[in-house]
Amino acid sequence: MPGSLINDLGNPVEPFLRSDRMPHIWCPGCGIGTTVNSFARALIESKIDLQSLALVSGIGCTGRVAGYVKLDSFHTTHGRAIPFATGLKLANPKLNVVVYSGDGDLSAIGGNHLIHAARRNIDLKVICVNNLIYAMTGGQTAPTTPDHSITSTNPYGVFEPSFNLPHLVEAAGAVYVARWTTFHVRQLSRSISEAFQKKGFSFIEVISPCPTLYQRRNKLGDGLDAMKYYKEKSKVRHGAPTNEVGLTMTGEIVVGKFVDRDRPDYQTMMRTQYTESLGERFVEQPEMVCDCS
Amino acid sequence: MKADPRGVLTGTHFMDGDHACCEGALAAGSRFAAGYPITPSTEIVERFASRVPTVGGTFIQMEDELAASITLQGAVWGGAKAFTVTSGPGFSLMMEHIGYAAMTETPCVFVDVQRGGPSTGLPTLPAQADMMQARWGSHGDYEIIALCPNSPQECFDLTIKAFNLAEEFRVPVMFMMDEVVGHMTEKVVIPAADQIEVVPRRHTRKPVDEYLPYATNGDLVPEMAHAGEGYNFHVTGLTHDEHGYPNMTPQIQDKLVRRLQNKIRDAADRIALFEEEQLEGADVVVVSYGITSRVAQRAIEAARERGLRVGKLRLITAWPFPEKKIRELAANVKAFVVPELNLGQMVREVERAAAGQAKTFAVSHAGGGVHNPEDILKVIVEASRCQAA
Amino acid sequence: MAKGRVSIVVERCKACGFCVEFCPTKVLALSSAFNSKGYHPPHVVHPEKCSGCDLCGMYCPDFAIYATKVLAGGGDR
Repeated sequence: MPGSLINDLGNPVEPFLRSDRMPHIWCPGCGIGTTVNSFARALIESKIDLQSLALVSGIGCTGRVAGYVKLDSFHTTHGRAIPFATGLKLANPKLNVVVYSGDGDLSAIGGNHLIHAARRNIDLKVICVNNLIYAMTGGQTAPTTPDHSITSTNPYGVFEPSFNLPHLVEAAGAVYVARWTTFHVRQLSRSISEAFQKKGFSFIEVISPCPTLYQRRNKLGDGLDAMKYYKEKSKVRHGAPTNEVGLTMTGEIVVGKFVDRDRPDYQTMMRTQYTESLGERFVEQPEMVCDCS
Repeated sequence: MKADPRGVLTGTHFMDGDHACCEGALAAGSRFAAGYPITPSTEIVERFASRVPTVGGTFIQMEDELAASITLQGAVWGGAKAFTVTSGPGFSLMMEHIGYAAMTETPCVFVDVQRGGPSTGLPTLPAQADMMQARWGSHGDYEIIALCPNSPQECFDLTIKAFNLAEEFRVPVMFMMDEVVGHMTEKVVIPAADQIEVVPRRHTRKPVDEYLPYATNGDLVPEMAHAGEGYNFHVTGLTHDEHGYPNMTPQIQDKLVRRLQNKIRDAADRIALFEEEQLEGADVVVVSYGITSRVAQRAIEAARERGLRVGKLRLITAWPFPEKKIRELAANVKAFVVPELNLGQMVREVERAAAGQAKTFAVSHAGGGVHNPEDILKVIVEASRCQAA
Repeated sequence: MAKGRVSIVVERCKACGFCVEFCPTKVLALSSAFNSKGYHPPHVVHPEKCSGCDLCGMYCPDFAIYATKVLAGGGDR
C-alpha cells in the first residue's frame, strides 16, 4: 500500500495463544474463542505481568481454554477449578489467578466450591462461559438451561428451574459481578480489566452460543443467529438488582456490571486475624522459593 | 537437604499419633494443608491449624474432601509441600484427585486414619480396610506409594518419609494410619532439624525454552516447574505428551501410563521398608502392619514360648507391595499368617506373591477393635502344623 | 484511502460469519472458495472501507482474522 505505513503487529490475541495447538476443538459458531479474544485484550489493557498470571480450568468445552493459552495453565478435574485455584493462590499470593470454565463445571458439579470461594472472598477472577447446556458430553440439561428448552436429557423440555448465576454469587459474597454476551466483546474486555483491579472474588458471566447442541436442538439457528439475538435482546443495566436478571430461552438478556463492592479478601482477613491473636508469634508465609539443592 | 528448624519441635514428647503425624509434616517442610473435618483424623489438621501460623504457612478448611484433595495440589504447583488428612468416607471422596495427582505427577501426601466401614461405619473405631482402596481406588492404571505406621513415633518418622518419597517420585503417597495408632499416646522423640533429611522438589534448572514439562531422562521422573516462574507450562489430567499437551492416542497413552507405573515398580525394592525378626529357619511367618503388628507381636511371642518357629515380617511399605521379599520367604517357609483389620485385603497380595510355594492363612477381623492375640495364636499353631506346600 | 487493513488466516476459519455480520463498515463477505477443511472463509470486498477497528478480530472465535490501523503519513514502503 504505497504512501502508508501499516502498523501490522499481527493478531493481538496471538501472543497469548499456544499457536502450535491451533486450530482448536471448538465448533464453528461456538463463542468460547470470542471470549478468549476479549480476555487477551484485557490482559493487554490492564498491563498485567503475564509471568504472574495462572489460568485454571475445569472440564468441558470451556475447560479447554487452559490448553490454548500461553500461560501457566491447569486443566483440572470436573468442577474443581476453583479449589485448585484456591490452593495455587494461597500458596503463592503473588500470582494473579484466573478461573476460566463453563456453567456446568462451575455451577453444577463445582457449585459448592463456587459459593464457598465467594463467601471466603478468595482473590480469584472467575470467567464463566455460559452456553446454557452441557456441550462436551452432548447437550444435557445444565443448572443454567432455561425453562422449556429441549436437551438430550430433557427431550420433552426442561421443567426444573435454572440458576441465575449473578444472583447466586452476589448472595454468596462476590465483590465484582458482571454479565455480558459474546456480542459484547469490548464491554467484556473492559469488565475483565476491571476485575483485575479488584482484590477478591470476581465473577464474570459470558452468555455464549452453543450452535451444535443448544441452538440446534431448540431450533434457534446457528451461532450467528445467537449473536444476532444477543444484539437485539440484550439490555445494558449496570447495577441491576441481580434477582431481576434471570434468563429465559428467547427473552431479554440483562447485561452489565451488577456488583462492584469492597470487602477484605481471604488472605487479608487471615493475616489480620493471626496478627491480632498471635501478635509477634505470627510468622508470615515466606515466598515459596524453590530450593533445588 | 536438612529440615527447616522452624518447623521442627525438637525434644521428647508424650504425643498421640495424629499429632505426631502433624509434626512430621511440619518437619518435612510442609507449610500447606487443606482439610475437611472427619473422625478420627481431624486432630492432625487441628494441630496444623494451630502451629502453621507460627512457622509461616497456610491451613484452609475446605467445604468438602473433593475440594481439600485438589486445593492441596494447587498449592503444590504454587510451590508448597502440601497434604490433606481424612478417614474412610472422605478418602472415598478423594479418589478422583488421587488419580489426578498420579496423572499430573503432583507430589503430595494423603493421610488416611482408617476407621470401620463401609459407608459411615465406625467413625471412632479402627479398621485397616482401606488398604486396597489406597492402591486401586481411583480409576485407570496407576501406582502410588503407601506407608503404614504402627506407633506415634512412626507417625512422625514416616510422615517425613512420605513427603520425601512424594518428592522423589512425584507421586501421591498414602499415609495409612488407623484409629488406634492415631489416638494412642506414647513417647515421641523429635530430633534436631539437622538430623532430619528432607528431599527437595525436583525443580528444573533448565531455561524456559529448553524445558519440557513431562520429558524424562533416565529415571522416569520428570522435572517440575512452579506457576509464576515464566515457564508457561500446561498441566492436564488428560493423556498428555512431553509438552504436557493433551495427546490422546493409544501410543501416547501406552508410553505415559507405563512410565507412571514403572517409575514406582522399577524402584519397588528401594522403596520397600519392612521390619523383620527371626525369619531365618522359620516355619511360619506372620505378616502384619499398622496396629495389628503390635497385637500380632504378642501372639508371635506366645507361639515361640510353645516352641514354634515363627518369624515376623512387618510391612512398613504396603504399596508397592514387597512381593520379592514374600517370594523369597515363600521358598523356605511352610506358611504365612496374615492378621489384619479387614476381611482379607493384603493377605491376597501375600498369597499372590507366595504363588503356591507356601500356604497363606488369613486372620480376618471386621474392625471396631483389634484382634485378640489368642485368635492369631490359634492360626499360627494351625499353620505350623500344615504340610509344606 | 483505507484507514485499516484486514488480515485473514484462511486455514483457521470455520465460517461462522461473525466477522462478516458485525463489521461496522461491511468490508467482508464469505467467499465461495473453500479452505482445506471445507469452510468458506471471508474475503475482503470493500478494502477501502476498513477502519482498522479490529472488531472482526475480537469477534472471531477461531483467531483467524484481525484488522490493523494504517498510519497515514508514512513513507513509501
